[in-house]
Amino acid sequence: MRAYRGRALLLALPLKSLIQRFAFVLLVGAAITIMILSRAEPRLVDNLRGAVSDAATPILEFFSHPAASFASLVENVDAVLDVHEENARLEKQNAQLLNRQAVAEQISRENAELRLMLHVVPDPQASFITARVISDSGGPFVRTVLINAGKQNNVRRGQAVITSEGLTGRVVSAGQHSARILLLTDLNSRIPVVVESSRARAVLTGDNTPRPRLEFLAIDARVGVGSRIVTSGHGGIFPPGLPVGIVFSVGEERVLVQPYVNWDRLEFVTVLDYTLPGFLPETRRAGRIGELR
Amino acid sequence: MRAATWLEHADLQLRGLTPFAFTLLMVLASAVPWQLPNFAPVTPAFTAIAIYYWSIYRPDKLPYAATFCLAMLLDLLTGTPLGLSALVYLLVQVILNSQRTFFHGKPFLVVWWAFSLVMPGIALVSWIIASLYFNALVPPLPFVIQAVLTILLYPLFAVLLSALHRNMMRSP
Repeated sequence: MRAYRGRALLLALPLKSLIQRFAFVLLVGAAITIMILSRAEPRLVDNLRGAVSDAATPILEFFSHPAASFASLVENVDAVLDVHEENARLEKQNAQLLNRQAVAEQISRENAELRLMLHVVPDPQASFITARVISDSGGPFVRTVLINAGKQNNVRRGQAVITSEGLTGRVVSAGQHSARILLLTDLNSRIPVVVESSRARAVLTGDNTPRPRLEFLAIDARVGVGSRIVTSGHGGIFPPGLPVGIVFSVGEERVLVQPYVNWDRLEFVTVLDYTLPGFLPETRRAGRIGELR
Repeated sequence: MRAATWLEHADLQLRGLTPFAFTLLMVLASAVPWQLPNFAPVTPAFTAIAIYYWSIYRPDKLPYAATFCLAMLLDLLTGTPLGLSALVYLLVQVILNSQRTFFHGKPFLVVWWAFSLVMPGIALVSWIIASLYFNALVPPLPFVIQAVLTILLYPLFAVLLSALHRNMMRSP
């Protein structure tokens, strides 16, 4: 009996390592195939991503709360330390803003009258939904976040995502109750923008660094450091005039933009539903993770 | 010697799941938004620590198939090109499996030193694959910072991991 078992073990061990080796080769092959497939057919992977994020949403929500409360604790301590200076600054700013408000009200009234006189086609009103960020890209590959709202909340691929500070990115894939947002700093992000003062058009191109650059800017375009960059509305996906950021540096080769959004405090975001009806079918819209440029 | 009761069996089986469960937790830790300044792109590769440790000490409890599934989940949750982590971590595991005898009975410092060699390898291979995948040069700096942070964090996790490992092996 013992001899028999010994011989069985003698056979079983190499067999086991053979099976393991086979499994290894098979799994490596699968990983490479999936990677190539996800590059060629991002739509297939989008659905899988949606399903998995849907399933993981409750868990990630659970974990994102303590992480958020820890972050807010740090922030609170920070805030208490300079509450006096902050108060003085805010009072000053409030006085300035009240002035601006009076001017803005007058201008918007005048604007409305002028539009009426000129019979301008009104921009479609955007409806919106606000959702919590439950996961971020936790790694150096992409700049994306996951939010806890999806198709059930009318979140669709291509929609613009903002915070109170400015444009954040756009929806690249939506599950039933979760959606992935491609941040405007991601390597694959392209957003049509204009320089607010000179109306020069450009494409804001992300490159995984905190400061995306302006591409396809006309050679004679007047751009200075500090110029405001807003969405142009070209392409019909983003509402025009959303604040994006300010020009950070103007070099020979590239113009860098500092986005308004504070990436460190991305806790809640707002998804804008601004699709011009029948303007572009969903299949033709830009923006998939890993899509060919 | 008395026969183990079914409860003891179940206990043993459950404790055998420790490597898988811990690695799963590390995958979730990578996906959770930590909301620390500039942290997201350089979030330490928690999963790499878990896979490194269990591949050395209990490869029987973290088979290739488990690594594959966990790495795929990581890619799906974080938005990384699907299959990238699976490929990289399978390669790490096969290399560690072939070098297992080297680690036996070695002090912690040697294991940490070896990790400080493996982690830059992971970063380099990931960076090459990501750049090929996106057909663009992905900025390499976050990869370097991530690798350094992960290496620095390793001792902290090693304490936790060896405690879990001891608990796994204690007799019922």
